[in-house]
Amino acid sequence: MREIDVKLITEKVRDLCMKANTDLGEDVLQAFDRAMGEEESPLGVEILKELKENARIAKEEKVPICQDTGFAILFIELGQDVHLVGGNLNEAIQEGVRQGYKDGYLRKSICHPFTRANTGDNTPAIIHTEVVAGDKIKMTVAPKGGGSENMSRVTMLTPSDGIEGIKRFVVQRVKESGSNPCPPTIVGVGIGGNLEQVALLAKKSLLRPLGSKNPDPELDQLESEILTEINHLGIGPQGLGGRTTSLAVHILMMPCHIASFPLAVNIQCHAQRHKETII
Amino acid sequence: MNEPIRLRPPLTDKDVEKLKIGDRVLISGVIYTGRDAAHKRLIDLLKGKKDLPFDIKGQIIYFVGPTPAKPGQIFGSAGPTTSYRMDAYSPSLIERGLKGMIGKGMRSEAVKEAMKKYKAVYFAATGGAGALLAKRVKKAEIVAYEDLGPEAIRRLEVEDLPVIVVNDIFGNDLYIEGEKRYRKE
Repeated sequence: MREIDVKLITEKVRDLCMKANTDLGEDVLQAFDRAMGEEESPLGVEILKELKENARIAKEEKVPICQDTGFAILFIELGQDVHLVGGNLNEAIQEGVRQGYKDGYLRKSICHPFTRANTGDNTPAIIHTEVVAGDKIKMTVAPKGGGSENMSRVTMLTPSDGIEGIKRFVVQRVKESGSNPCPPTIVGVGIGGNLEQVALLAKKSLLRPLGSKNPDPELDQLESEILTEINHLGIGPQGLGGRTTSLAVHILMMPCHIASFPLAVNIQCHAQRHKETII
Repeated sequence: MNEPIRLRPPLTDKDVEKLKIGDRVLISGVIYTGRDAAHKRLIDLLKGKKDLPFDIKGQIIYFVGPTPAKPGQIFGSAGPTTSYRMDAYSPSLIERGLKGMIGKGMRSEAVKEAMKKYKAVYFAATGGAGALLAKRVKKAEIVAYEDLGPEAIRRLEVEDLPVIVVNDIFGNDLYIEGEKRYRKE
């Protein structure tokens, strides 16, 4: 049994919130470079250049990449041999988000659904905890913007819809989203499970580094087929026309009920932010 | 690609008549910020036949809710927010003399009709380029609704704010035309 003080968790979450919002991953920057090589629209190339320059300024000056610094989404992998002391895990994480968004001068974007009154400190964060083997804690902070989240959907296909049904729904979703989710996007797809699980699969798929292969060859093939169809739509960077509507399609899949065929599409803008640490 | 066109508000009919979809524009001078909650309040004022907190004639509204400025910084990160949520409000403001809007994403038919009728344009700024756009803001002050935090109405002085014309006064839409041009069947 290893003891970990929750104060350390607060501190790490604080730092991850600030880092995720200012330091865009190298995998995303490389994806911009690849897209620039393939983009046919001159305006599209200009926009991709702007996005690279924006990421450079944000990193150098430690300012947010985007003004929508998002809902704080946390993925926690808690080793079963860890004994947390000094307080409650959930509260320690919420405090870390509170401090990170205040000290990092990040925008507070969380409000009451009816009155729209801002909670003032970007809490509550959404926390997904999984208990795993070992005596470590892995924490990932993935701030998610509202514009792209609004374009995301869950649907219950029927088993007879098959793989073609998946393709049709995902491509249609991207088409209807048009310029709203800040293309070039990353399209997270969850298949299987049930209503809440499929949405989580779609969100988790976004954590995979851009440019990496899906470990399942069948899904890898499906990802590339859907991406090709999406990039034939012509929406392009910022929806102003062009080849690069999405940088990648990521799929996570699990078994589902014999009566069901759940599908989720979680659209992620080009500011694909996430940072992780292991204690 | 053509050189960008330079604009300085307040804009006249003549200024917007020469703009066409796809034109790159650099805006310098004064613009105003406003998004969901601020728009709702402006429309409530109009309904109550009250004055707006600033003279809207010839002005440009930027749909943005910035991050708080860091110490020593003039303005926080400030990319555009998605514009369709302002569609219910924009036609009344255009009728009152608003000449330009900056945001991202497609507008409704009602907004496009108002832009044609009263001669106003819609610009896109690069969504997500918040750090880059913030550097073009030289001065910022709150003019109304401080209680709304990031949604307060601010008067900005900008220099070379880069935008692209998406809807012109002739009824053209770059989102539709651009997609058509690059679509592969």
